[in-house]
Amino acid sequence: MTSRKSAIVLGGSSDIGRAAARALAKAGYDVALAGRDVAALEPDAADLRARYNVDVGLHKFDVLDTASFEAFVDSLPALPDVVVSIVGLLGVQQNAESDLAHATMIMRSNYEGPSLILGLFAERFLARGNGTLVGVSSVAGDRGRASNYVYGSAKAGFSAFLSGLRARASRGGVHVVTVKPGFVRTKMTEGMKLIGPLTVEAPVVGDAILSAVEKKTDVVYVSGKWRLVMLIIRTLPEAVFKKLKF
Amino acid sequence: MTLVSGWGRFPVVDSDVLRPRSFAAVGEAVSGGTVARGNGRAYGDAAIGTVRTVAMTAFDRVRSFDPATGRIRLEAGTLLSDLIETFGPRGFLPFVVPGTRFVSVGGAIAADVHGKNHHGEGGFGRYVDSILLRTGQGEVIEASREQNSDAFFATIGGMGLTGVILEATMRLRPAETGWIRERVISASDLDAAMRALEASDSATYSVAWIDCVARGRDLGRSLIYLGEHAQTDELAEGAAAFPAGKDPGLSVPIDLPSMTLNRYSIRAFNELYYRRGARRAGGSRVVSLYPYFFPLDSLKDWNRIYGKRGFLQHQCVIPQPNARDVLGDILERVARRGDASFLAVLKKLGQGDGILSFPLPGYTLALDFPVKGDILNFLDEIDRLVVAAGGRLYLAKDARQSRATFAAGYPALQRFNAIRKSLDPAGNIRSKLSQRLFDEV
Ligand SMILES: Cc1cc2nc3c(=O)[nH]c(=O)nc-3n(C[C@H](O)[C@H](O)[C@H](O)COP(=O)(O)OP(=O)(O)OC[C@H]3O[C@@H](n4cnc5c(N)ncnc54)[C@H](O)[C@@H]3O)c2cc1C
Repeated sequence: MTSRKSAIVLGGSSDIGRAAARALAKAGYDVALAGRDVAALEPDAADLRARYNVDVGLHKFDVLDTASFEAFVDSLPALPDVVVSIVGLLGVQQNAESDLAHATMIMRSNYEGPSLILGLFAERFLARGNGTLVGVSSVAGDRGRASNYVYGSAKAGFSAFLSGLRARASRGGVHVVTVKPGFVRTKMTEGMKLIGPLTVEAPVVGDAILSAVEKKTDVVYVSGKWRLVMLIIRTLPEAVFKKLKF
Repeated sequence: MTLVSGWGRFPVVDSDVLRPRSFAAVGEAVSGGTVARGNGRAYGDAAIGTVRTVAMTAFDRVRSFDPATGRIRLEAGTLLSDLIETFGPRGFLPFVVPGTRFVSVGGAIAADVHGKNHHGEGGFGRYVDSILLRTGQGEVIEASREQNSDAFFATIGGMGLTGVILEATMRLRPAETGWIRERVISASDLDAAMRALEASDSATYSVAWIDCVARGRDLGRSLIYLGEHAQTDELAEGAAAFPAGKDPGLSVPIDLPSMTLNRYSIRAFNELYYRRGARRAGGSRVVSLYPYFFPLDSLKDWNRIYGKRGFLQHQCVIPQPNARDVLGDILERVARRGDASFLAVLKKLGQGDGILSFPLPGYTLALDFPVKGDILNFLDEIDRLVVAAGGRLYLAKDARQSRATFAAGYPALQRFNAIRKSLDPAGNIRSKLSQRLFDEV
């Protein structure tokens, strides 16, 4: 009997994190959830166990506490086959424009922390010769927009990091997936005006993550429509783009 | 404020929609004029609070599952579609499913929904052992047949009016496969249809699709669908024990102009449907549970085919002794109008379990009508026949019955109101439906 595959989800309490964990557990992975508040993850762990009869581990992980990353990775009972990073912080653009602390927090939560932790796992995976890393970035990183460029620029940095890491790691048998979900109906987007046909539910993202892991996809736009939308947005000349109010 | 409606998209009204993420937040959300909402599949105004509507679908965690007994504890926002996909492959299905799988456990309890097995196995509430209820007064209580039993039996079929169901413990049915052995019987008129349903009491599942535009000799002609859970050895060579549940592929992207459904298109559709079914009649075949239980789920947003003004479902139940004559009378009037759509269902029901549960031993007839012309007057006319026969209308489908019709159909209303009052003396829990039919004015 081959041993079961294992995955760890960083940011396991988010809606997309829960959905990714469910999709992976359903496909037979033993899943670990990592987040700041381990007690808050307990109901989700119970859910995964009851639904899919899998082992579920819980780990404390704070994406801002980069100094603890090496110890965190070392403390895991085993190096997983798959690491999925969902962590991120939307923040409030308007506050970030004048409040440097808030801007810093957005940048660190979306770029610095996720990049460093996936980079660290990448080293371990390369030493082992296999593994899959999934980074959930955002279409917001495809071009900085007036309405959310602090968040967008951090996601842009994360996307660039993943792209470079993929190029390097693929030679060592390690696969890197970049996921750009677009609008997802989640806690994070509550109260935001989302455009119906461009919006998906969290489970759709979870399934897309699983499928990208299994099929070794490089970059996933969860809804194909977004690929087109972002292609247009990326190719608009700057002179036109800067006049758009979005 | 947000514009909210039920599945029938009539009426459309203002209510604040909140989506709490913790039970504590549910508690904070409940104040004067609140009701819980599951997946919004009730047709009318049941899941709309007079001031505030508490959306529950974020609560979809399973707490525990015992594969030895099929007993499951879960949060009330969990959808039946989710349960089927998750536990079907493990050999368990819900005991009772309505005609769509996109309903929440909370909604299924609150409406005590009936499935194609109600005549033999009862409704959804029969398989619920206990519920965690957040009452209008602010208490969180566990209610079961033994403990807080008044609250328990008032909540089953109570349309959300006893409080917010947070969690439930229920039993799932062991099912070797996700396939159903289906047998189709064609009945050339109403008598034949009712005879066939009477003769099928021992079938686990039975339901009749009834052609409600056929008149004269053909009045009440039907196709009766019987079903049994298929065993593994009945499956086609190589078939998986559990069929893949496809997401609805097709969807209705826009509101169709209300012209699309007219007496000619409906008549043509029904003729074709009946003939095709009649050709298949007699034999049996093994079909996936999805098309058997949820034929309409394959067309997403099908409620939009009725156009912007929405539609009404009229679902009544007529007690056994009068059923034949009264249903004949109703069908005659409906056929004369010719605008009831093709989604008409006739089914035999047994006893309901909750104080306000809809089912009673007899026959239920469900008809869809587009909202237009004098339809409201016409349905009042039908209601008089239902009331005279000692029947009642299903609250989960209702958007327009009168207080008098409701009170006549539900003699246990007083008892229900007394329990509701004890759980919620200040009257915090109020829906548009309760305002229309229950609450003191
Ligand atoms: C295509 C279709 C076919 C159907 N077929 C059938 C059928 O065969 N048999 C049948 O019985 N019904 C049938 N129905 C009706 C449907 O099953 C019921 O309306 C069911 O209640 C819908 O569940 P929901 O989660 O969408 O609840 P909603 O529509 O959101 O709410 C329905 C009621 O439940 C209450 N409620 C919801 N969640 C909670 C909660 N957590 N706590 C307290 N109260 C709550 C609401 O207040 C409301 O009164 C059908 C509906 C459709 C659209």
